[in-house]
Amino acid sequence: MNMVELHQVQHGDFVAATPTTTLSPTGLRFENIDKRYGGLFALRRVSLEIAPGECVVLAGRNGSGKTTLLRIAARIVRPTAGKVSFPVAASDSAANGRPGYVAHTTMVYDELSAEENLVLFAKLQGVPEAKARAEELLREVGLCERRSSLVRTFSRGMRQRIAIARALVHRPSVLLFDEPATGLDPLGISWLAKTLGQVNRAGCTVVMSLHGESEISALATRAVQLDAGSVVADTASGSSLRSILTFGVA
Amino acid sequence: MWKRVLLGAVAIALVIAAAYASFFVAPTERTMGLIQRIFYFHVASAWAGMDAFFVCFIANLLYVWKRAPKYDWLSVSAAEVGLVLTTVVLITGPIWAHPVWGIWWTWDARLTSTFVLWLLYVSYLLLRTLIEEPDRRALLSSLFGIFAFLDVPLVFGAIRWWRTQHPSPVIMGGANSGLEPTMKKVLFFFVFAMHAFAAFLIVERYILEKMKNELDILTREAEAV
Amino acid sequence: MSLLANTATLLGKELRTEFRSRELLTTTVVFIVVVLVLFSFAINPTTEESREFGPGLLWLAILFAASLMLQPCFLREQANDTLSSLRLAVSDPFSIFLAKLIANTLFLLLTEVLMLPLFAAFYNVPVLPMLHYLLLVLFLGSLGVSVAGTALSAISAQARMRELLLPLLLLPLLTPILVVSATVSVSLLDREPVVQWKGIGFLAIFDLVFLTALWLFGEYLLEE
Repeated sequence: MNMVELHQVQHGDFVAATPTTTLSPTGLRFENIDKRYGGLFALRRVSLEIAPGECVVLAGRNGSGKTTLLRIAARIVRPTAGKVSFPVAASDSAANGRPGYVAHTTMVYDELSAEENLVLFAKLQGVPEAKARAEELLREVGLCERRSSLVRTFSRGMRQRIAIARALVHRPSVLLFDEPATGLDPLGISWLAKTLGQVNRAGCTVVMSLHGESEISALATRAVQLDAGSVVADTASGSSLRSILTFGVA
Repeated sequence: MWKRVLLGAVAIALVIAAAYASFFVAPTERTMGLIQRIFYFHVASAWAGMDAFFVCFIANLLYVWKRAPKYDWLSVSAAEVGLVLTTVVLITGPIWAHPVWGIWWTWDARLTSTFVLWLLYVSYLLLRTLIEEPDRRALLSSLFGIFAFLDVPLVFGAIRWWRTQHPSPVIMGGANSGLEPTMKKVLFFFVFAMHAFAAFLIVERYILEKMKNELDILTREAEAV
Repeated sequence: MSLLANTATLLGKELRTEFRSRELLTTTVVFIVVVLVLFSFAINPTTEESREFGPGLLWLAILFAASLMLQPCFLREQANDTLSSLRLAVSDPFSIFLAKLIANTLFLLLTEVLMLPLFAAFYNVPVLPMLHYLLLVLFLGSLGVSVAGTALSAISAQARMRELLLPLLLLPLLTPILVVSATVSVSLLDREPVVQWKGIGFLAIFDLVFLTALWLFGEYLLEE
């Protein structure tokens, strides 16, 4: 693959698909979340109300509890106390209570191809016409040409794309993103910023954990800072976006 | 505090009394003589051990349901005491078998099953040492404990019904095989004494585990600062 | 999606992954063959003894092989945290276990069937006359091994020294399977074969007990 083709793949436009079902705007509510690991608190009485359609950045030092909070929202980790819920704006539309979740690893199978992985996750979640949906997603993230390649052969940037495709396969109303920019080059970060922007504009609530200011943090409508497991600052209560994003960075 | 001391004193007194009874109150058995007296200790330990494992099982279920650390402290205490008592069974068996038959081990159905039981709970305790994080350790070992206890009747059943191809000498017969009334009384007294002793040990071990846990939390908090 | 649909999808994934590389199958078959051969070197049985001890040794070899074969079961889900994405995607976490244990049972059975002619030759045991009963015992026994093994591999994957831990946890637990399967197999392969229905029933009960336990407690095994 020559350099020109590479760039074309990397610049693959994320085309917001015309959804067959309208995304029902869904928020995210944390009520008094505690998470204890053997006596030590990773999260302490965290309460947060995120409105449908917001794009929220969770900022904080390593170990402040961002990842734990996201994993609790993703229902992968069980809180020691408290509740997570996904309040739906319009009561008549079916809630897609399952959030999309992207973390440091791809969460797909290395020994399967990109297409096989997406079809698998589509089928598991009852997405109709799994193959067509997989094809659609591959086009959206610019991995069409590599659809039959095993994920094991993918570069870091491509792994990020397949991870996002997997998270979006069931058209979630809420997308959770744990440090999305890690390991990405500037081109990758631009692509990601554009993608997240489009997803958010299409009605998906986005919550992501970040360090510092970047093209991605510029998308934020709100920022919340965590420290030692508690919420210490929130733009919704008047703190400045910049100060939250640059908490400990010199 | 005095309640603990009282329980301890009563338990130890009961065991001493039971030991005395097994040597001086119970009549001497016709065929096997003096060595048969170890029977009371052997059987009492077996029953108390099994009940300790049952307590462990209940504690495991309660932990999975309620997630309160105290159930985990109870589990490990009951498992350790059960293991000690089971070890007693496995040692007294051969001690009895050797003078009677000249062999140390006979693959007798009950003894074999007890050995598997012993292996299961050794694995349980070993598993605990290999998981560092206390909540995971508690949950995973509780789940293994549940599987292990569900396996126990299957182990005893399988060995009893399918290892009798080559009938081996049965160690100490059944608890009710031709026991004189006095012998029966001594046996039940020893069983009661061993249960009291096991309860005392479990309580002490529980308190120890509780303190260990508190120390652990303080250490981690200090390190985090 | 329903439990059965999810299980079918995941089973497809397990089978596809394994048949693409065939790593597990080949290593397991070779392992059992090596063990059986080594057993016969160590014991050097006569033909009569082979008939008596052979099935027991076969089951022992199966158990050892299974405790190795089941290691990657949940370990391979840790590489890219696919366990989390599966948990997110399925409606009932039991489907994850069901798919894996069905796959493991199939792999074990396949290994055993491939192995049977070799076993018959090495130990001079005619397996054809009672083949259908033998296959039934192999199936029920392998199912029991898989159910317990899949559950325990979820536990050992989260502990240290997991390579040594899984056999240590699994082998004592599987004692009933070993005892009953071996005994029933011996009487099936005897000069005057007898079908021990009580034993076969016992194996079915073992399978049922652990399947139920896994159904009740499975989701806690996957918790974080």
